[in-house]
Amino acid sequence: MSRALPADLVCIVAVERVTEYLDDVLPLRERTEFEEHLVTCPGCVIYLRQVRAQIAASAELGRPRPPPEEVTQKLLDMFRASRGG
Amino acid sequence: MPAGAPDLQALVQDSPLVEALRAGDERAFLGLVGQLHGAMVRFARGFVSSDAAAEDVVQDAWAAVLEGIDRFEGRSALRSWIFGIVANLARTRATRDARSVPLSALEADDAEPAVDPSEFLPPSHPRWAGHWASYPEAWPESQLLARETLARIRDAIERLPPAQRSVLQLRDVEGWSSQEVCEALSLSEINQRVLLHRARSRVRREIARHVQRRNP
Repeated sequence: MSRALPADLVCIVAVERVTEYLDDVLPLRERTEFEEHLVTCPGCVIYLRQVRAQIAASAELGRPRPPPEEVTQKLLDMFRASRGG
Repeated sequence: MPAGAPDLQALVQDSPLVEALRAGDERAFLGLVGQLHGAMVRFARGFVSSDAAAEDVVQDAWAAVLEGIDRFEGRSALRSWIFGIVANLARTRATRDARSVPLSALEADDAEPAVDPSEFLPPSHPRWAGHWASYPEAWPESQLLARETLARIRDAIERLPPAQRSVLQLRDVEGWSSQEVCEALSLSEINQRVLLHRARSRVRREIARHVQRRNP
């Protein structure tokens, strides 16, 4: 598997590695290849920023909202009953 | 095998809460409800065909949680265990309501690339094959967080196939770790990541279309 010089990563391959890169699970060699690619590729830098921004925006949809009062009351009754109350 | 060793930090954090629930601490229970109920309903809605069915499933899930909490062994994070219960009940309900579509049919589009190949230079290009034909557009943060864009993102997530939707919701909307998601959905790390990758890519394409339309 070893080569003197790794072939340059192309963008169409790099974009398929973004999820693994962000989860920090790329093998070292692939991670290095990916990061070296970013140094020379503004397009992939923008792409990575887009994905990060997308994740941040998705998190905005997840703010906890308390359930309606009657649901809370019903669950509380269930809780009391389950604890023998 | 789903996930590796348990997330010790989560387990240590959970254990006082689990004890409080067992002891009948109502504030602890209400806190948990406030934190998880909305997410549980969103999650269940990915499997069943109506909001009402999702509410029913989540109520049954709470009942199962209360029944099972004394036997909960802390092998996974509490919320992973709870969402695992929601997933099971929601799948059962979906089958009963005959909305169930074979997962394989929905998730089999392995070959779907993250980005449309037409955005890259063709293999015939003498020097830059596989590189961007033109760079993607930077997304202004203000626009991405605008209510209209967020609504677009929510719609895109809701249109994902169920397994992709479940994973994306837990990872990106609720901010869970991959391990917690693997535990809740009984997925291998790798499958979980493949589903997340496809789901994010699809949602990204929707955002790109939306942003482009706004800034022609």
